[in-house]
Amino acid sequence: MQEPINTDFEVRSQNAMCVNQSELSSPLSSNIKYLLAGIVFGIVLIKAEVIAWFRIQEMFRLQSFHMYGVIGSAVVVGAISVYLIKRFQLKTIEGESIKIEEKNFSKGQIFGGLLFGFGWAMTGACPGPLFAQIGTGALVVIVTLLSAMAGTWVYGFVREKLPH
Amino acid sequence: MPEWILKPWPWYVAGPLIGLTVPLLLLLGNRTFGISSSLRHVCAACLPAKIPFFTYDWKKEIWNLFFVAGVLLGGILAANFLIDTTPMVVHPKLASEMATYGIDNYDGLIPSQVFNWPALLTARGFVLMVVGGFLVGFGTRYAGGCTSGHSIMGLSNLQWPSLVATCCFMAGGFIMANLILPFLLKL
Repeated sequence: MQEPINTDFEVRSQNAMCVNQSELSSPLSSNIKYLLAGIVFGIVLIKAEVIAWFRIQEMFRLQSFHMYGVIGSAVVVGAISVYLIKRFQLKTIEGESIKIEEKNFSKGQIFGGLLFGFGWAMTGACPGPLFAQIGTGALVVIVTLLSAMAGTWVYGFVREKLPH
Repeated sequence: MPEWILKPWPWYVAGPLIGLTVPLLLLLGNRTFGISSSLRHVCAACLPAKIPFFTYDWKKEIWNLFFVAGVLLGGILAANFLIDTTPMVVHPKLASEMATYGIDNYDGLIPSQVFNWPALLTARGFVLMVVGGFLVGFGTRYAGGCTSGHSIMGLSNLQWPSLVATCCFMAGGFIMANLILPFLLKL
């Protein structure tokens, strides 16, 4: 017997932090709000120099507090927000209850985490900053982004053979 | 444009704004913050090749592609209208280390002496851009998230696997920057 349908969410949530938890189906134009959120996020990445290769080098050499301050204060604000959302059972603007998937441990967080750390120090960018770097006009970073897509694809290709 | 906008923003302004992305996306539509998944959705959309990991309805996650398109647009806006042209100020120790690799131009956020088209054909440029990019894409998916998904969203939701991932991101970065990169930059 084949597995029943509706495994789509299971596949999508494999190895993913960001999953669309919404059950509502909405028109494509409703996504404009995420475009706007992305614009603000991109501006902040640039203004805070989070996308700067030299700032990343300083972080990994303990020569500057800046990046630790950015990430640390982001986590504090994020954690307080998530606590308040849960505490007051806030709903989305469309009236849906907010769900956040729990994360399961896998060895991938260690092996993959180290590999990503290598790549972060080499390129000076995590995935978000790659997009913002291209926006600043550093078009050669398109090559880095395409290579990152290739890396993601190869991961999917060899996934079954890797320890998890 | 007022000067405080044009100058680089301090961490205590930028960090909280980044943190607010978490509740913003949840309240806008139950979306959990994360960026590296966009790379996977592109694979699922363009080249699924019957690989189970890419066989899902990526259109259900299209919000994520809108978000990264926004990040790109934000980069264009900020770079053209919201920054001044003063060179970056970096730690003197970093500057003297970089000088030994022939890197002394601090005009842009991305050092043009390392990241440029002709450099792609050199060993140093190829390794940093192509191999580095590959590791970002492979590593984040293997880890199940990147700095945004694990370090910001995951830690905000007090997920201990995200703490493990974040520690490994940092460990990998420290090893690369201090032990391996000095050799790569001399290539």
